[in-house]
Amino acid sequence: MPANRFNGFTEYGVGIGLRIPHYRHILEQKPVVDWFEIISENYMIDGGRPLAILDQILEQYRVVQHGVSMYFGSAQPLNPEHLKRLKTLVKRTNTPWLTDHLCWGSVDGRYTHDLLPIPYTWEAVDTTAEKIRQVRDFVEVPIAVENVSSYAEFHDSVMTEWEFLNEVVERADCGILLDVNNIYVSSVNHDFDPHVYVDSVPAERVAQIHIAGHSRYEKYVLDTHDHPVIDPVWALYEHAIERIGPTATLLEWDDKIPSFEEVHREALKANKYLDKVRLAQTPQRPAGELTEVRA
Amino acid sequence: MTPLLDLQRRMASAVMQPLAQSDQMRRRNPQRRSNAKEAAEFIKPNSRLTSFERLEIYNRQYWFRILDSFAEDFPGLRAVVGRKRFDRIARAYLTECPSQSFTLRNLGQFLPQWLADHNDLAGDRYSLAADMLKLEWAHIEAFDAADLPRLTPEALMTLGEDPQLLLQPHISLHELHYAVDDLLLAVRKHDEEQEETGAARAFPIRRWLKNSPEPIYLAVHRADYSVCYRRLERESYLLLTTLRERKPLSEALETAFAQSPLSEEDQAMHIQEWFAAWMALGWFAVPFRSHGENE
Repeated sequence: MPANRFNGFTEYGVGIGLRIPHYRHILEQKPVVDWFEIISENYMIDGGRPLAILDQILEQYRVVQHGVSMYFGSAQPLNPEHLKRLKTLVKRTNTPWLTDHLCWGSVDGRYTHDLLPIPYTWEAVDTTAEKIRQVRDFVEVPIAVENVSSYAEFHDSVMTEWEFLNEVVERADCGILLDVNNIYVSSVNHDFDPHVYVDSVPAERVAQIHIAGHSRYEKYVLDTHDHPVIDPVWALYEHAIERIGPTATLLEWDDKIPSFEEVHREALKANKYLDKVRLAQTPQRPAGELTEVRA
Repeated sequence: MTPLLDLQRRMASAVMQPLAQSDQMRRRNPQRRSNAKEAAEFIKPNSRLTSFERLEIYNRQYWFRILDSFAEDFPGLRAVVGRKRFDRIARAYLTECPSQSFTLRNLGQFLPQWLADHNDLAGDRYSLAADMLKLEWAHIEAFDAADLPRLTPEALMTLGEDPQLLLQPHISLHELHYAVDDLLLAVRKHDEEQEETGAARAFPIRRWLKNSPEPIYLAVHRADYSVCYRRLERESYLLLTTLRERKPLSEALETAFAQSPLSEEDQAMHIQEWFAAWMALGWFAVPFRSHGENE
């Protein structure tokens, strides 16, 4: 797995999201899992069962924090209470890197609890990059930003989503959590070629990859995280890791959550593609070359 | 105002406006302006969806998410007022009091006061609904409140003759007029059974509508990471509420037994029993100055 400064120079394999219905199975059966991703906000609390469970998980597994409401793209300042609680959690988990979305979701102190798309403007590039830097400087861990699924495009936008992503991460000097399912969903909703998106991303900045399932409606695709990953998304994933290299990969399954085994089995399908890329990257010895034998 | 902030205010306002009865986006916003015209001003259409339809995806997602979260937090209120009234309360409350927190956990933080100001929405069951809300919000708070280091009997001895005892933050004390503790447990059991069988029968509320002849004193607390309800005698309730105000023990005892019919001998016996139980439950925390923090 390519270790880089945006994932704390780690080489994590294939992980899954830590979800409540699986707590008991994980703690009792102790399955072998490369790593778990937690939703930061679920543990930014003062006490109780969620933190006790998290501490037990941390004793045995590697954990990476993933946030859903930092809202880097919001036009207004960051929430200091949110930042303070996030830093407390970072100290608890020792997450090697921290991720959240390239989106906005609150204004004037009111929260939508959604991942709303940002207009791709230069003002938004500056605002978003500045916020990412502020968070990174405060929590003192590398940050990777995730591209979101979207259902709307703005008249104000002056660049493509991938151009916007590239501008933001360059200016913020941060990593990318490349969600290939989100790229697929948005490509259907906005009629672009998802391969162009993947090919435009600076490979050296990709810290992690997300895969997930979604729901297709008559006129659009919704990012629901309630199904297995579909073949076109696996194909896009394969294309991404061929270009980027084998990267820490995580399956998101947040609704209609099946058994732990089913979720884990679905995630481990990623190894088929990762192994293929690893093999292709292994230097091949010319036929007939002899191995030196030392006595 | 910057263009980014202007767009975010417009979009948030559109996304958070109430849905029509059909759960579709309303044709006109609260200012009587056409939502189609409003959407067209900042959202691009595509070949399959109009600007309005694209905005509507976010409007519906917002409401479905917060209504689900609200229903999950207040099953007792739903059982008390019935599904139709509950839906009306949820939509009216969330329209007037949108989330002001980065976490959905706090969605109902203003509900007890809000319902007191709109008690007609609960019909003739407002008093029962108000008691149920007290309990349900206390449950949410107790679930993830801090658990400070427990006061040991040895440490208690070092606090002097007339100590100010510190109650754990997860404990809340309530004077109620209805047996909502038993009611909420019955509602949860009913809902679990309905979910298991796939049925959707409303909770039979009728037998719970009668208020208690005597006030019910209740502590909501956490034990072994589970939220628990513990009935208290009037005197022990007064004792604990006075201690919670950080009054000295002597003053709390005086308040507790000021109008008590108990003999001095019985009082002494009760005090001993109560404190033995509360210490065993870890209800008292080490005062802040003892673990190096400022009060």
